[in-house]
Amino acid sequence: MLCQECGVKPATLHFTKIVSGEKTEFHICESCAREKGELIPGTAGGFSIHSLLSGLLDLEGAGKEKTAATKNVQGLHCENCGMTYSQFSKLGRFGCSSCYKYFDSTLDPLFRRVHGSTAHVGKLPKRAGAQIMCKRQVNELKQELQESIIQEEFETAAQLRDQIRKLEKEMAQE
Amino acid sequence: MSSLRFTEQALSNWMRCGGSHSEIVISSRMRIARNLEHLPFPLLASAEQAEEALEQLAPVFQGEAAEGFGSFELLRLDDLTELDKKVLVEKHLISPNLANDSRGGAVILNEDESVSIMINEEDHLRIQCLFPGLQVKEAWERATAIDDIFEASVNYAFDDRRGYLTSCPTNVGTGLRASVMLHLPALVMTHQINRILSAVNQVGLTVRGIYGEGSEAVGNIFQISNQITLGQTESEIIENLHSVVTQIIEHERNARERLLSDSALRITDRIKRSYGILAYAAVMELKESAQRLSDLRLGVDLGILEGPSISVLNELNVKTQPGFLQKMFGDELSATERDMYRAKLLRETLGTQH
Repeated sequence: MLCQECGVKPATLHFTKIVSGEKTEFHICESCAREKGELIPGTAGGFSIHSLLSGLLDLEGAGKEKTAATKNVQGLHCENCGMTYSQFSKLGRFGCSSCYKYFDSTLDPLFRRVHGSTAHVGKLPKRAGAQIMCKRQVNELKQELQESIIQEEFETAAQLRDQIRKLEKEMAQE
Repeated sequence: MSSLRFTEQALSNWMRCGGSHSEIVISSRMRIARNLEHLPFPLLASAEQAEEALEQLAPVFQGEAAEGFGSFELLRLDDLTELDKKVLVEKHLISPNLANDSRGGAVILNEDESVSIMINEEDHLRIQCLFPGLQVKEAWERATAIDDIFEASVNYAFDDRRGYLTSCPTNVGTGLRASVMLHLPALVMTHQINRILSAVNQVGLTVRGIYGEGSEAVGNIFQISNQITLGQTESEIIENLHSVVTQIIEHERNARERLLSDSALRITDRIKRSYGILAYAAVMELKESAQRLSDLRLGVDLGILEGPSISVLNELNVKTQPGFLQKMFGDELSATERDMYRAKLLRETLGTQH
C-alpha cells in the first residue's frame, strides 16, 4: 500500500483516530507521519503528562495490601462535580475546584511526589488574599508562641498572645 | 475579518530581535493558569458552562481596565478555520490543546502579539506573555499585572493551603510555567547537550521541544521551563530559571568559541554549505530547513555570515512550518508541494542577500 499523503513511498504506519465518535483511518509513510505530527504540533507525542500522572496516582495502592483505607480512597468522590477518585487517577486531572476538598486526604503524597511540597507560598489574590495573609501571619505567630512557651520566655509569649488576639479580632470584624 | 493580521503575517513581537542574549535566547515566556470559582474546569464543563466562563472573562479585557496594555482583540476558536488555528499554534500564540480540544475556547491577543490570553483551555484562564530574548522578569511583571486586572473583577478558585487551583495537579499553587527558548547548536555539535540537559532536570526544570509537551527539539532549539509550581514563590521559580539559563548560555558561548578556535574551517564550511543549500535548493523538508536555519543563526553570531538578521531567521522558522506555508501558497498543498514552496520561500528570502 502506498502512503495516502504523498502517494510515493510505501505506507509503513497505520492508525485509526477517533475524535468524538468520528473514525478516521491513516495509512502513511514515515516522513509524512513526521510532517503530519508537525502539522498539529503536540499531538504526536501521545504519552502525555496526564498518563504519567495517573501512573503516579495508581502507585498509591500498589505494593500495599488492599486495606480498608485504600478501599475508602477508591470510594471517594467529589460531591460538586461527581468525579470519582478512580476517574481522577485515570485522567490525572481534577474536575472542579471542590475535587481538591473531597480528595484532600490523598493529595499530600501526590503533591510531594510532583512538587516536593504540599503547600502554596506564592502570590495571593488581592481581594481574597487580605484574610489569608492575616491567617498566615497568625499561624506564624502561634508557632513562635509555642516555641517561647517551651523556652519558658513567658514575657515574649504574653506579647505574642496579645498580638494574635488583636489580629484575630480584626479578621472577625472584616 | 480583522483577525487576518494575526495569521497572515509571520512576524510577532517575540521574533523581533531584542532583550538580552538574543544570539542564544530566542524568547522568554510566562504562563499563568487560573480558574473561576463555582464553575467546573473545562474538562467537565458543559457547553453552557464554558460559555459562562467566557462571558465572565472576555469583557474584563475589553473595558477600561485593560487600558495601558494596548488594544486587544478576542478570537473565538469556533470562528477560525483549521488552518488559522494551525498558524496561531505555529506562532506560539495559542496552545495545541486550545486549537484541537477546547470547547468554547477563545483567545484574546494584543496588537504586537506579546500577550495572549486563552480562555477555556485546560483551565478557564491562561495568561501568556511572550517576549523576545532573555526577559523572564519583564514577562512575569506583565503577566502578573494582567492577572491582577482579572482578579479585580472575577473570583478565582483559590485555596489557603494549595494556592491557585488548576485542573492538572502539576500546575497547582502558583499556576506558573516560566520558560525560555534557547538555540544551542554548539552544545549539540560538541555532544555536551545531554549532559547539560540531564543536569537541568535535576534542579526542578524540564526540557521540551519548541512546540511544548511531546514535541521534538528541532533545529537545536530547546525550551527550558520550571517543573515545580507548588511550594516555591513566583520569584524563586523565576530566579531559578534565570540563573540556570544564564549558566547554559555561558556553556553555549564557550562551546561556540571552542568550535571557532579548534575547527574554524569545518564550521565555516558547514555554515556556508547550509547557506548555499537554502539559497538554491528546489525541495526542502522541514527538518532540513530547521537544521540549516540553525546553522545560519550560528554563522551570523560567529561573524562567518553577515546576514540575515536574527529577526528574519525567527520569522523564517515560523514561515517554514506547514500551516504557514499553506496559508501563503494554498490550502491543499501535498507534503511534496509544501517542500517545494518551502524551498521557494527560502530561496526568495535568502537568495537575494549575497
